[in-house]
Amino acid sequence: MTFGRKLLVGFGIAAGLFTAYASAADITGAGATFPYPLYAKWAEQYKAKTGVGMNYQSIGSGGGIKQIQAKTVDFGASDKPLKAEELEKAGLVQFPTVMGGVVPVVNIEGVKGGELKLSPTVLADLFLGKIKKWNDPAIAKLNPGVKLPDLGVTIVHRADGSGTTWIFTNYLAKVSADWKTKVGNDASVQWPAGVGGKGNEGVAQYVQRIKGAIGYVEYAYAKQNKMGYTQLQNKTGNFVQPDDTTFKAAAASADWKGTPGFGVVLTDQAGKDSWPITGATFILMQKKQDKPVNGTEVLKFFDWAYKDGDKASADMDYVPMPASVKDVIRGSWKQISDAGNAPIWK
Amino acid sequence: MTPQELRLKRQALQDMVFRGSTRFFAFLVLALLAAIILSLIHGAWPSIQAFGIGFITGSDWNPVTEQFGGWNSIRGTLLSSFIALLIGIPVSFGIAIFLTELSPAWLRRPLGIAIELLAGVPSIIFGMWGLFIFAPWFADNVQPWLTEHTAGIPMIGWLFQGPPMGIGMFTAGLILSVMIIPYIASVMRDVFEVVPPMLKESAYGLGCTTWEVVWNVVLPYTRHGVIGGVMLGLGRALGETMAVTFVIGNSHKAIESLFDPGTSIAATLANEFTEATGTLHTASLINLGLLLFLITFVVLVLSKLLLLKLQRGEGAHS
Repeated sequence: MTFGRKLLVGFGIAAGLFTAYASAADITGAGATFPYPLYAKWAEQYKAKTGVGMNYQSIGSGGGIKQIQAKTVDFGASDKPLKAEELEKAGLVQFPTVMGGVVPVVNIEGVKGGELKLSPTVLADLFLGKIKKWNDPAIAKLNPGVKLPDLGVTIVHRADGSGTTWIFTNYLAKVSADWKTKVGNDASVQWPAGVGGKGNEGVAQYVQRIKGAIGYVEYAYAKQNKMGYTQLQNKTGNFVQPDDTTFKAAAASADWKGTPGFGVVLTDQAGKDSWPITGATFILMQKKQDKPVNGTEVLKFFDWAYKDGDKASADMDYVPMPASVKDVIRGSWKQISDAGNAPIWK
Repeated sequence: MTPQELRLKRQALQDMVFRGSTRFFAFLVLALLAAIILSLIHGAWPSIQAFGIGFITGSDWNPVTEQFGGWNSIRGTLLSSFIALLIGIPVSFGIAIFLTELSPAWLRRPLGIAIELLAGVPSIIFGMWGLFIFAPWFADNVQPWLTEHTAGIPMIGWLFQGPPMGIGMFTAGLILSVMIIPYIASVMRDVFEVVPPMLKESAYGLGCTTWEVVWNVVLPYTRHGVIGGVMLGLGRALGETMAVTFVIGNSHKAIESLFDPGTSIAATLANEFTEATGTLHTASLINLGLLLFLITFVVLVLSKLLLLKLQRGEGAHS
């Protein structure tokens, strides 16, 4: 076989692969990395049931927002809810799919997972670089009976812009005036101290490697990697462990119906069992659909996911939306219409 | 018109078409280069307008208040590449000398192939190896020793202080040096091989040691190629993204020692581009890209100037 022939055959195979790929991807979405494993699972189950495929690219929340604005995808996904006026301006509709929690993880010799208790102020002071040793009186006071070593604190944060960082800094800005003025709330911020890991896995790796490290990761990640997470004091003053019951408690006390675009930020919610750093992840769609057929398919997909997808969510440590909220969300889909202003969801 | 003339005419036409198309391809490169620069400047414009020249010297990088300065990233790129060259050049030189002058003939091929294979390893592999295997080992075995034994030495003592985390500017430089050694070494080996044996044999005949032959005969004869190889390595080190992102620590803070986490231009771009939503943030990232482009360009120009100067020196001698 000559080189030219080989090349031709190669192109043929490549072309074959691409056509197979294109016909499988019937609806497309892009955005947040946090829900990616779940959306992939849902897509697989949905395809097996209906034959309609869903192709989701986890390019990050910022990318998801840009892509849906440019209409290159059928839906965008973001961990950071857009505000009502932003949605209005961009002509987008927003609704949440699942919730999850962000948990502080530590690597302190002699301290077991779930043992260490932190208050909001102490957590903020740690990440501000104000508390430099683990046996600091402020930490010791919260943890009588826990043997805290004379060990330096190393902060581990996300290096890449991330919805996880957005939720985490949103919480810190709510509970610490110092954090709000000095650092603020965004997908990436100017960290006062520490090292940056790329992705949840980068942060996890650094925390596990560096003695005296504290970082923050998605709950699912901490649980699956058996990392040493901490308890946190919530708004009511109780110390709570991160798990799906405390995430659900945080969601239960939120005002979903009264917030436009369901843009509720679940950090620092009231309620005695609420985990204070909880957040939902959101879907963004064009209010006026250029391709109403695709739009309907997207809504059918999420309708199915709300109905039959809860088991997959729970298996993968995501928290499904409460049933009452799901109905309100379905109701909100009526505002999505085709070019002739006819709603595409009935 | 005779058949002869017809053939000549056809040949002339062929030549013209051939010349035209090759010229088109050559100018296409220039056009692409110009297009890239223009689109970078266009993309970076909001940032250039807002910060001007202060973008290069500013060390704030705050997406919340939209204050951006690239100095920490620029310094990280230059410093990690410098460390890489500092380690990479002598090692590559040793490898090339051994392969061309000292190695037994049966070992040359396997060693040479091994080095070329190393050059083909994708950078993400170096990054993962650096983060999961090298950094922990380095933190446990090398860093504490370095910190302890260099403390108090004037001038270099401060370089190796700080908590042993295994990640940071120094590790990034080390990983980069491993990545560029195959490039520099294989270029050096290739150019050392073209040194006429007669030159070397005469030097050996005069009683020179291997070192003297290499330093006084081989190196002067091949310096163009050697500098070219070093520049190739430097070019790779400056732009390397994934491997550096994994191990540099990704922190936009001024570093106080080589063990501190820092960042480089390429690492900042890789980390932040996907989630940069604000116009100024995106523009500042593109601005960093433009600066990286300029740095690479300046390095290339400097190496050309160096070569020109060397050539002029040769003329003066003879």
